[in-house]
Amino acid sequence: MADIALAPSLTGRYTQARLRNAGLFVLSVLGIYVLQPAMPIRQMDFWLPTVALLLAVVVWAATAAADQSARALIADGSGIAVLVLGIAGTRYIEPLSTLFTRTPAPDVLTALLALAFGGAVALLIARLIGPRPGWTWGVLAALVALLVALKVEPLTQALAGALRAWQGQSVAAASALDVRWLGFSYLFFRLVAALRERAAGRLPRMSLREFITYALFAPAWIAGPIDRPERFLKDLRADFRFNLADSMEGGRRVAVGAFKKFVLADLLALFALNEANALQVRGAAWAWLLLYAYALRIYFDFGGYSDIAIGIARVFGIRLPENFSRPYLKPNLTQFWNSWHISLAQWFRAYYFNPLTRALRTRGWPAPAIILTGQLTTMLLIGLWHGVTWNFAIWGAWHGLGLFIHNRWADFARARAMPEPPALQRALGAALTFHFVALGWVWFALPDPALAWRMVATLFGL
Amino acid sequence: MNRCSLARILAKTLAWFVLFNALFAWANTPDNAGVAALGQLSLYNALWPGRLRLPYGDDPSRAYNVSLYSLEAMFASHVVSGRPSAEFRVFLIGDSATWGWLLRNEETLAGQLNALGLRAPDGRPVRAYNLGYPIMSLTKDLLILRHALRHQPDLVVWLVTLESFPSEAQLDHPIVRHNAPAVRAMIADYALRADPNDPRFVTPTLLERTLVGQRRALADWLRLQAYGALWGATGIDQHYPERYEPAQRDFDADLRFRQFTPPELPKSALAFDALDAGIRMATEAGIPVLIVNEPILISQGRNSHLRYNALYPRWAYDAYRAMLRAHLAQGQARYLDAWDSVPQAEFTNSAVHLTPRGVRLLAEAIAPAIADLTARR
Repeated sequence: MADIALAPSLTGRYTQARLRNAGLFVLSVLGIYVLQPAMPIRQMDFWLPTVALLLAVVVWAATAAADQSARALIADGSGIAVLVLGIAGTRYIEPLSTLFTRTPAPDVLTALLALAFGGAVALLIARLIGPRPGWTWGVLAALVALLVALKVEPLTQALAGALRAWQGQSVAAASALDVRWLGFSYLFFRLVAALRERAAGRLPRMSLREFITYALFAPAWIAGPIDRPERFLKDLRADFRFNLADSMEGGRRVAVGAFKKFVLADLLALFALNEANALQVRGAAWAWLLLYAYALRIYFDFGGYSDIAIGIARVFGIRLPENFSRPYLKPNLTQFWNSWHISLAQWFRAYYFNPLTRALRTRGWPAPAIILTGQLTTMLLIGLWHGVTWNFAIWGAWHGLGLFIHNRWADFARARAMPEPPALQRALGAALTFHFVALGWVWFALPDPALAWRMVATLFGL
Repeated sequence: MNRCSLARILAKTLAWFVLFNALFAWANTPDNAGVAALGQLSLYNALWPGRLRLPYGDDPSRAYNVSLYSLEAMFASHVVSGRPSAEFRVFLIGDSATWGWLLRNEETLAGQLNALGLRAPDGRPVRAYNLGYPIMSLTKDLLILRHALRHQPDLVVWLVTLESFPSEAQLDHPIVRHNAPAVRAMIADYALRADPNDPRFVTPTLLERTLVGQRRALADWLRLQAYGALWGATGIDQHYPERYEPAQRDFDADLRFRQFTPPELPKSALAFDALDAGIRMATEAGIPVLIVNEPILISQGRNSHLRYNALYPRWAYDAYRAMLRAHLAQGQARYLDAWDSVPQAEFTNSAVHLTPRGVRLLAEAIAPAIADLTARR
């Protein structure tokens, strides 16, 4: 495959790589503003992306090596400031005032003060934590607290009230729906990954610009996949030259993803299970149809987004990890979770399940208890990450127990050297697994346990 | 891969795109014939049960229904397109009152006529099909009747009201404007007074006949198929609000009916030509027609001595009734004037929309005429 030269003056691979990296940095910073939807609380479409950016800066400060080049740091910091102040400055240019944010940004002075405050916090953190990697727990705890505040409805409502008061809006009208912080859930995973890798001494040296590009990477901002810092950095630093083959493959992936998301998923969404039709459905057969539609819809929707992210990244030479690998065709639940939202499962395995099970082993717990505790709590956390509700907890517990039972069965079969199951048995296993997963979606799709129970009863003709 | 191959790929892509659109536009000539043919493909009456009334939905996500212009797709989704059984088929044509605004299917006129369990003298059960559509226009009724006759009715019951008659409004409605070829054919075949070159007709240009130009129509067709699953699963085909604004009972002292003021409502301003065309269309096919002047709200509120309801001042409606009776007296259609057959308490959110009990009263008023006509068939 021959490469394409962009222009005679830009043919150097080094130049193209620098251009690509600078472009990704700018696109990622601007992207979080452009993608953030408007909210009932004034100017939050500017402030939430700005806080996301400052959080990334703070985590970088907490994880960066102490001997960073001052020149590079000033250049990167200035780049961030110019971009943010530039966005704020658009409020003074009427045709551009909603180019990057849905509503006009606050004035430049306020944005400057916020940046100065964020920079000061980052410096303080760098001084305090830089030499003491163990202290990254403090930053981690703050991130977890913020995530909890955004996932627990009463806390989100209180946060909305505080933000409304700050903006001089009615506190009485505060609702948890006021704070829709696009991308934060995935930012959380990337920042925690950096903190944990730093604590383990595995985090490679990253410049501020590289770290911001990793944490805010625009294609994966909305729905992942969740990359690990060292892997992302490998691609970012690799020799890059615009490559038509990669671009075509990326374009194909984007087209496939767009078809999955905007044709298949959106069409299935018209009749997929939801709160309204769960109350209206007549009979078990129709209920299964709505549930199947939901199962396929969520796969095509999420898988489509992942394809689009992977495809766009591929054009820029970044090979994001795969997120789905035919999950509904897997013959058991363990394999399902190795092929559904793979990057999330790997994240939890690396930063929660493995450390937990190691710790329990050292305390002498028996293997089944370790596996039960590890799988159940992992899946509960994955469930609660979607939202702190009973239904997400039940969904997590459903999968946690399912994984434990399969694990025990697999151990039992292995101990008796049972032969590899024939094709028909594998097909039956896939059908059983799909239906187990589909039944789990009832809890995921519906907002409260009573309605979910009612739906389960309808599914079984009760 | 190099620049040449990139250019080749882009050129091929563009060529296929243009060719595919050109072929689509060619197959879609004249006047969206291809999209109309596509409308006959349907998951209804096969994978999903046929709908009990024609698709119409202002709020698709809650009504599990969608409005579209393709009569072929509308009829293909209706149970009337399913396999006919040994029955006496009664087709009900009319406006939103016949379609059953705010009513569940079993509460509509078709549903309640079916609940009466009528039988033809030869023993066949009488089955009423709801072919109402929530637009007030006799030309729209004609369009539907023209399609409906393909489905072997034994009797047509056509419910009309004054608001469907004004000639100048016949072509105002999107479903009429977007079915220009069929309406023009009816203008020619039945010498309707409407202008075949009326600018309100939508005649797609070449670009509008391409795949890109027809994306909205194609998406509507696809959504209609998808909503069939929820129709089958729930039996719901319209959004039922928890509350609605009741029909107006008190009025200003306003004597106008559209642009008309007393004392004259000229017959020439009303589309009796469309009514005649419908009767002729059915009778030429050997199908008897029952014309029903549908019930209206007769208010007892303020200024009700001047107006029956928000739609009709008394003078205009009385003149219309007299004209309709006289017009049909010598014709081939049987006429039933049911205008006052439902008390005012049985109207919901408009002067013609009935409660289930109101529909029941109407069904009982119509049933003897239907029974009589089955005997003559």
